Amino acid sequence: MTYQMSFGDLLPYWDVLARGLLYTIILTVVSTVTGLAVGTAGAWARSFGPKWAGYAVGAYVELIRNTPFIVQLFFVFFGLPAIGVKMTESEAAFLAMVINLGAYSTEIIRAGIQAVPKGHLEAAASLAMSRLETFRYVVLKQAFMKVYPALSSQIVIVMLGSAVVSQISAEDLTYAANFVQSRNFRAFEVYLVAALLYLLLAIAMRALLRGIGRALFPKA
Amino acid sequence: MIEFSFAIILENLLLATRWTILLSLIAFVSGGLVGLLVLFGRVSKHEVLRLLTAGYIEFFQGTPLLMQLFLLFFGIALFGVEVSPWVAAWLALTFWTSAFLSEIWRGCVESVPRGQWEASGTLAMTYLEQMRYVILPQAMRIAVAPTVGFSVQVIKGTALASIIGFVELTKAGTMLNNATFRPFLVYSLVALIYFCLCFPLSWCSKRLEARLNVAR
Repeated sequence: MTYQMSFGDLLPYWDVLARGLLYTIILTVVSTVTGLAVGTAGAWARSFGPKWAGYAVGAYVELIRNTPFIVQLFFVFFGLPAIGVKMTESEAAFLAMVINLGAYSTEIIRAGIQAVPKGHLEAAASLAMSRLETFRYVVLKQAFMKVYPALSSQIVIVMLGSAVVSQISAEDLTYAANFVQSRNFRAFEVYLVAALLYLLLAIAMRALLRGIGRALFPKA
Repeated sequence: MIEFSFAIILENLLLATRWTILLSLIAFVSGGLVGLLVLFGRVSKHEVLRLLTAGYIEFFQGTPLLMQLFLLFFGIALFGVEVSPWVAAWLALTFWTSAFLSEIWRGCVESVPRGQWEASGTLAMTYLEQMRYVILPQAMRIAVAPTVGFSVQVIKGTALASIIGFVELTKAGTMLNNATFRPFLVYSLVALIYFCLCFPLSWCSKRLEARLNVAR
């Protein structure tokens, strides 16, 4: 049997795919920013916070890192409403991604914090900097600089993982591909185009993150 | 009407866990074998081989695993071959795993000092002999910890096979949820079982890494 590929059948649906791509980009950006904030707070708690907070964050990190994202997503979208926390697909997708990236970035940023030499903390203390000032001006910047490459690749991984949110009908790129496929039955062509769009997005994100890194940490 | 007690839910989830474990094991082994082939291409002297394998790795690392599953599930069917979710999931996970493992192992191979290549080269060893007797044994020591760590990703990756209809742990959870309407309980249990599978491996990987650092 020979199958005739027909990418022309996708043209009428280009706007559907474009909207899906935009949704994926926005979801990634918003949850990356929030997730990194969660990760920073978590890393602070594990390194400088009270003992109980450190243990709690440690349990959260291990729980998230050792379960699949799709189960976390289903838990948020189907499980939480059962105990009274209701949300839309987009909110659930956002929340699940923040929880996920929050755990990974906690662990990454913590590694960066541990790499900050002790002398810097002592120097900051002798300058009468408060603990918050020390964290903000001495620790955090160096920590981010050290782990920036690891954080960048984790962000790209989270973006790729976001394809799963289509399963709770959040209207991302994969959801759009599923929709187009159900209309014109050109499954292989649609998924190939969607996969290539993801690939382009991943490459573009990596380049962008490298650029941001160079702007933020000029000498690194 | 059947009543679903806690015990029945747990029992069915545990039965489905067998398939998660089996798929993970098979995908990890076949992914490792393919990954080894890709690795040989990635560190070879031929530029064409290096570029081809780099493209392979870029594609499978730069696209979502879910897309790869869909592409294989629908793509193979175009050739008139019936694909079961089981085969599609196995193939997709194999390619995906091989791309990551070969890249992890490349780092390990490249951490072997250049002099080892040169010395074995002057002994007139062929490329395969150099790899087999000199480079790989040294690289393998470094590779153990990250490889064990990646096995956790494979187990978590198998959860996506549920989307194309392969009944493993996640799919069983969805089906049980549809039958019982107790999503909080069901997905908590599903997450807990995944945790029990993955956490020991994560822990092992961390321990192995720590031991290697001490040895150095």
